[in-house]
Amino acid sequence: MVPSRYRVTSRHRETPDTITLALEPVEGEALSFEPGQFDMLYVFGVGEVPISFSGARDGQIEHTVRSVGAVSRAISAARPGDVLGVRGPFGTGWGVEGAEGADIVVAGGGIGLAPLRPVIQRIIERRDRYGRVSILVGARSPELLLFREDLAGWRSRFDMDVSITVDTAGVDWRGNVGLITELVAETGLGPTTVAFICGPEIMMRFVASALLDRGVEPGHVRLSMERNMKCAIGHCGHCQFGATFVCKDGPVYSYDRIAPLLAIREV
Amino acid sequence: MTTAGIYDLLRELPFFSNLGESALRFIAGCGQNVHFAADEYIFRENQPADAFHIVRAGHVALEIASPDRGSLMVQTVGEGEVLGVSWLFPPYRWQFDAHALEPTRAISFDATCLRAKCDEDPALGYELMQRLAETMSRRLRSARIRMLDLYSHAGTS
Amino acid sequence: MPVEQSTVIDRSELDVLIATLRDRGYTVVGPTIREEAIVYDEVTGVTDLPEGWTDEQDGGTYKLRRRDDRALFGYAVGPHSWKQFLFPPHTLLMRARRTEEGFEVDPGENDQPTYAFLGVRGCDLAAIQVQDRVFMEPHADPTYSVRRTSAFIVALNCSTPSGTCFCVSMGTGPKAGPGYDLALTELLDEDGHRFLVEVGSDRGAEVMDALTHHAAGPAEEAAAQAVVERAAAAMGREMRTDDIKELLYANYEHPRWDDVAARCLTCANCTLVCPTCFCSSVEDTSDLTGDTTERWRSWDSCFTLDFSELGGSNVRTTNRGRYRQWMTHKLATWIDQFGTSGCVGCGRCITWCPVGIDITEEVRAIRDQGSDAASQEDPS
Repeated sequence: MVPSRYRVTSRHRETPDTITLALEPVEGEALSFEPGQFDMLYVFGVGEVPISFSGARDGQIEHTVRSVGAVSRAISAARPGDVLGVRGPFGTGWGVEGAEGADIVVAGGGIGLAPLRPVIQRIIERRDRYGRVSILVGARSPELLLFREDLAGWRSRFDMDVSITVDTAGVDWRGNVGLITELVAETGLGPTTVAFICGPEIMMRFVASALLDRGVEPGHVRLSMERNMKCAIGHCGHCQFGATFVCKDGPVYSYDRIAPLLAIREV
Repeated sequence: MTTAGIYDLLRELPFFSNLGESALRFIAGCGQNVHFAADEYIFRENQPADAFHIVRAGHVALEIASPDRGSLMVQTVGEGEVLGVSWLFPPYRWQFDAHALEPTRAISFDATCLRAKCDEDPALGYELMQRLAETMSRRLRSARIRMLDLYSHAGTS
Repeated sequence: MPVEQSTVIDRSELDVLIATLRDRGYTVVGPTIREEAIVYDEVTGVTDLPEGWTDEQDGGTYKLRRRDDRALFGYAVGPHSWKQFLFPPHTLLMRARRTEEGFEVDPGENDQPTYAFLGVRGCDLAAIQVQDRVFMEPHADPTYSVRRTSAFIVALNCSTPSGTCFCVSMGTGPKAGPGYDLALTELLDEDGHRFLVEVGSDRGAEVMDALTHHAAGPAEEAAAQAVVERAAAAMGREMRTDDIKELLYANYEHPRWDDVAARCLTCANCTLVCPTCFCSSVEDTSDLTGDTTERWRSWDSCFTLDFSELGGSNVRTTNRGRYRQWMTHKLATWIDQFGTSGCVGCGRCITWCPVGIDITEEVRAIRDQGSDAASQEDPS
């Protein structure tokens, strides 16, 4: 598979090291994806990295990218008009459609909120098909929250609960300070609750654990895992996680499937 | 408010669930209903830790003041949660500022009274310590994980 | 596919076979001696084959020795496998050049060489079929699928297994399973030097039409059968497989991993010589102007430190973690991924490990030594 050309149409700085790009295809229609999937984003001459889709709008795809290595730094430097390469979509989705009828919990920590944003967008599009919706957001500090405009919009709705907590804050913050697991304590949960969790692996383990303690079914808790990838189609072997390939058996996994793996070091 | 009234309030708090009636009445004798206005400082760092609060409604921030960065929040405490554990141990001084972020109602227990009641009835003291230890353990875990600064390091897609 | 009766060809007819395949456009690759090892390279005739040679193999040991006969295939397998021809060590995936609209990708033609493999052992034929499940479905790799589909396979039923062979344990030999175009069994006795040939496909039958052959008689059939039976009885190693997946899944923290980690150099030899290992890496390179780039795929190994990474940091930082990954993948998780074991019992990883780590021994140790302290007895 070779990359298709996509032109950057807009660029928004979320935090000092994270930007959101909107991209439209140079030719043809934009690919369609399921929330939770990712593509291999390519910078000519530099390389490719797997990046989750962080949104879709008006025939464009969105990616929220944090500068970590050479390729992501190069992507972050892209400006409107620049052309990047896109291969995809790949991987398993969150299964938002399959969760219709359930109460939903979305828990995103740090940049983990990015792969969850399409879930929230999809739920809002068909709000009446879901029960109670709770969105839990964790960030290092208030200035490092992503999607602040979206967050404000979600908070202003009467049909979803949005709770935000930060690790630390200064005087201007009137919200919560504490770990995201503390927000779980205040969330209404039930046997039909479906939870989508994304963030650092430690955070996902603790949030999953907190949800299970409150009676959520392990099969209803979904995590988005991550490993390095070269091919995204199960051939290069790098993304193996136990007997699974994160690129095609994930990145979204149900907690009951991977709970044993999460407990093994270096797996 | 009467002790009986305090007792009725205490019965509703999850913190005291499964604590027997006589034990609860015993504790209620140290308690009173209090209100704090938005932005009021409930206590300040280094002041004598003479009270144990449980928030009934509202939102309180634990803060530390720094000369260059202003007040830094380390934890917020909400409905049903304990505010203050330094009353338990010498030197009985608050370690943080407690800043009500909005109008807040709480049950406040006189620390000297409560410590005396625990000495008088060790079994009750044990029940109280268990609950407080659980709160402290949770807060410690939260603090430790936040210390890892997970969001700062790349590692989420 | 017609089931033809077995036929017999004389030793001299092998040159006709090779010539026939070359005439049909195949590059014939077979065993030949280079740098004191039997490797796979282009062969143009019988004189290129290791006539009269055999190999002695053990943990970390490979030596050639003269036989006292003129057998052409009287040895086991060497450091090469057929994977280098179907899944080349370096493959150009695409070219791209800078343009005004960003860049343009040149997918290139997918011209691939057409190979005839002469002397594919049962273990190696099974290995090709194991790699088929990786590279042909559900995503077909273009390079592999073209080469694989066109490859003509002349299998060889082993007469002389080596000290590290255990194909019998893995169910892959010594008789080569179905999937060949032709299969040879070398017969060398007082009745002469000839080969029993079994046809496995239409194109195999078509090639046979160009050779002088006669139908195999019962004596020849019996002789070929005996060759395979003798080989089956001469395995150098064995491995019990009925419980392997459950055994390894239950023992991620077995102390044996520390033991093998202390010996393993993470040199990656095993993954290079293993006929089923398929891991690769991809790199984008550019010329000095930066206007033309190429994307290359190369063999990689899970033994490298940065093979598995999360957010810039390595996941398997220890020898223990990486050895455990390789062995658990090869013998256990591979089954859940692809429906078969990843191991075909060829023994190459044992022979070519500089410190002689023996995968069959490691499995035995994990099985025999309970992971709790009470059963940490000397297994002997």
